Amino acid sequence: MHRYIPNSEKDRVDMLKAIGKEKIDELFTDIPEQFRLGRDLDLEATKTELELDRLMKSLAAKNKNIDDLTCFLGAGAYDHFIPTVVNHLAGRSEFYTAYTPYQPEISQGTLQNIFEYQSLICELTGMDVSNASVYDGAHAAAEAAVMTCAAKKRDKLLVSSTVHPEIRQVLKTYFRFRGIELIEVPMKDGETDYDALAEMTDKTVAGALIQSPNFFGVVENIKKVSETMKESKALTIVSVDPISLAVLEPPGKLGADIVIGEGQALGNDVALGGPYFGFMAVTDKLVRKVPGRICGQSLDEDGKRAFVLTLQAREQHIRRFKATSNICTNQGLMILKAAIYMNTVGKEGLKDVAIQSMQKARYLRNLLMEKGLAEPVFDKPYFKEFAMKFTKPVAEINEALLESGFLGGFDLNSRYPMPNTMLIAVTEKRTKAEMDAFVKALEVIK
Amino acid sequence: MKHYEKLIFEVSKPGRKAFHLPTIDVDDLSLDEMLPEDLIRKEDAELPEVSEMDIVRHYTNISQKNYSIDKGFYPLGSCTMKYNPKANEDAASNPGFKNLHPYQPENTIQGALELMYELSDMLAEISGMDKVTLQPAAGAQGELTGLMLIKAYHENRGDHQRTKIIVPDSAHGTNPATAAVVGMEIIEIPSDHQGNVDMDALRGAVGEDTAGLMLTNPSTLGLFEKNIGDIAEVVHDAGGLLYYDGANMNAIMGQCRPGDMGFDVMHYNLHKTFSTPHGGGGPGAGPVGVKDILVPFLPVPMIAKEADTYLFDYDKPLTIGKVKSFYGNFNILVRAFTYIKAMGREGIKEAGETAVLNANYLMHQMMDLYQIPEEMLCKHEFVAAGLKEAAEGVTTLDVAKRIIDYGYHPPTIYFPLIVHEALMVEPTETESKETLDDFGKVMKQIAHEAKDEPELLKNAPHQTPVRRIDEVRAARDLILKYKDSLKE
Repeated sequence: MHRYIPNSEKDRVDMLKAIGKEKIDELFTDIPEQFRLGRDLDLEATKTELELDRLMKSLAAKNKNIDDLTCFLGAGAYDHFIPTVVNHLAGRSEFYTAYTPYQPEISQGTLQNIFEYQSLICELTGMDVSNASVYDGAHAAAEAAVMTCAAKKRDKLLVSSTVHPEIRQVLKTYFRFRGIELIEVPMKDGETDYDALAEMTDKTVAGALIQSPNFFGVVENIKKVSETMKESKALTIVSVDPISLAVLEPPGKLGADIVIGEGQALGNDVALGGPYFGFMAVTDKLVRKVPGRICGQSLDEDGKRAFVLTLQAREQHIRRFKATSNICTNQGLMILKAAIYMNTVGKEGLKDVAIQSMQKARYLRNLLMEKGLAEPVFDKPYFKEFAMKFTKPVAEINEALLESGFLGGFDLNSRYPMPNTMLIAVTEKRTKAEMDAFVKALEVIK
Repeated sequence: MKHYEKLIFEVSKPGRKAFHLPTIDVDDLSLDEMLPEDLIRKEDAELPEVSEMDIVRHYTNISQKNYSIDKGFYPLGSCTMKYNPKANEDAASNPGFKNLHPYQPENTIQGALELMYELSDMLAEISGMDKVTLQPAAGAQGELTGLMLIKAYHENRGDHQRTKIIVPDSAHGTNPATAAVVGMEIIEIPSDHQGNVDMDALRGAVGEDTAGLMLTNPSTLGLFEKNIGDIAEVVHDAGGLLYYDGANMNAIMGQCRPGDMGFDVMHYNLHKTFSTPHGGGGPGAGPVGVKDILVPFLPVPMIAKEADTYLFDYDKPLTIGKVKSFYGNFNILVRAFTYIKAMGREGIKEAGETAVLNANYLMHQMMDLYQIPEEMLCKHEFVAAGLKEAAEGVTTLDVAKRIIDYGYHPPTIYFPLIVHEALMVEPTETESKETLDDFGKVMKQIAHEAKDEPELLKNAPHQTPVRRIDEVRAARDLILKYKDSLKE
């Protein structure tokens, strides 16, 4: 028998006998003959652990990773430092081999973490209530949009063109099947065109989705948007970089109704795009409209503090035909990592990460300008990412950079009519030496 | 030992640190040199201030309040809580997988693309489907994707009136919710006394408005739907498509395949059938397999192979678009790939066989005292309609809570909804005969207690970090974050 199956051949025989059978095949007589496979699956033979180890290492070795390359690529997935305790603790099998907390008495570890995570997300975003996550940042946007339309009983949503293109793509898919109209708000000088947004808003619009820092790294005017929305009794959804909230005024203070975002930057690996998690926080008013799980504090029979999933009447397994979301369990382990990360870097550390990322971004941006290698595209307040215009196609530059061991920035021309424009991300991990070397490499390419 | 009862916020003490960055090596600009004042945060986010030791103790202590597969038997029906092999975790923590940026050029991620390409092929072979997308992040998102594909298929044929999805009343809760979310209407049809689809009801339900049927096979009762051939014919003749909910795939691996039974589209739960960890509630992965007729509508990108090079293929004019950022829960895919390679064709088949043997063996041990139909042949799980005999007021919930006292995780309870006082037991193949024997004894013991000492059940669990929790209070006096608790 396979090493992951404990029973021996003799156990198998004994067990069959105990239930009055002789052969395993007798357990499958309920499958009509015409549907029996009648052959072996066309898969390779069983691999021993040693063979498996070789195979997986050889596949991994065919990739170049961001330890091998110096990464200036961001665009929604960021190379922030992950303190070692994050993976040590999230790697405890008491966490990762448990399932969703259906039996709260033996799931207090998971539940307490969800409660602490919700508390931390509320702190960062300045909101009243956080759920226990959705699949990723794009999915958070889709759920927030659907929730907004349901709450307002309107079926139009404004989405700024400065919102991450992948988010807008996912929204398009979700909206197509739900009959929600997605209206794109144009951009102006690297941020949402607020006047256009105001013109496009009327009482048929459920709300607006903006991103800040937006896809180009520019910090947007959340307050202006939320004021516009309030005039039409519409909601404001803001997608944020959680790291930025250590230093930026939180959307909760600026009139946002729903704050969402991609959580990867909080202690999760870039992992070729997943698993990540989406966070979602709302005002008290919207608590009964939020999709996904929410953990609440209560008392047990002995009067002791205890945690439990709550407000379940919102959820798909209760609402069934009337559901507006079908999400159930999703990214539990990712929010565990995020919570450990936030607690480890702590109040001061998260600010340090944000500030150093900003300081280094400014150093690199200035150096690129000084050396005459590229020009900034927008003159707007920005966080850790910025768009620079070069004299050559970005694809060409990146190919050459790769040869020198650099992962260049995102080619904005692939999503916007912005030729020769690179979106460069700088995190606290980059050193002066790395940035100097990056600029040197660009000088050669020029 | 004294119980650890603290929240991380209660451990926090001003000035404590578990993290430092190197001294800044470029200009040490202040925040107001970098941002206009009105954008700068006025009040700090009150994150905890703790030491590294505090963090380690905190999470180690709270982790020990969890029950987990590594600790013991976890027969949670429909969740396939099988062993999560450590080799999967090793592979997934290899920097060559976990440190890949999603926008890296294709030529730097050939190993990752090869893995995804081959995983799609292996999943297609196991299920008899033609093509598999790995993008959906979970079973529920797989279902959503599947129904979007069905809708796109009908719409592309100009069949706009096909808006109804037929679902048996034994279906997973997500099935009706998913249909509602993609704007389809649900028709629920009854099951017969053996949990099979009522054929007359099905014939009466199909028509020109039928978009499709969603089915779990084996059903949520753990029984193989023997009429599947006829069901497929009825639905296809009416112009509908068949959706297979892959939650119960473990039972049939290597025996039969959804694709051969007539299903057109399905989702897999990699965190069930293919051993990726449940993570305390995710992350999972819910790839979707389809027959050729649905391939044009699959999400982009697909992974393609040209000569010896792997690449992302966005060239699909009829695609439904993207359902998720990037390419799916990649590092979960790595684990599932590792598992299928470890098992191989023999191991995959043995897993299915043993899962079914274990379930039937355990069912026989429980038959005397729990309501289970005689002469039943189950697949990977079985459903008991509670106890045969118990003192008044003893419920399945009480049985479940008492199981905890004996050191096991309870089965799924009160599901499927069509079974009164349901206890849904799925032992999986990774449990030994001894474990099943012990659990069988415990279940017998509890059945006796239910008659003779019902208080033991009503007051259970007794030994857990907390006892039964006041859920009404939790929903009434909402405390959803630490600061809410301070207001009390």
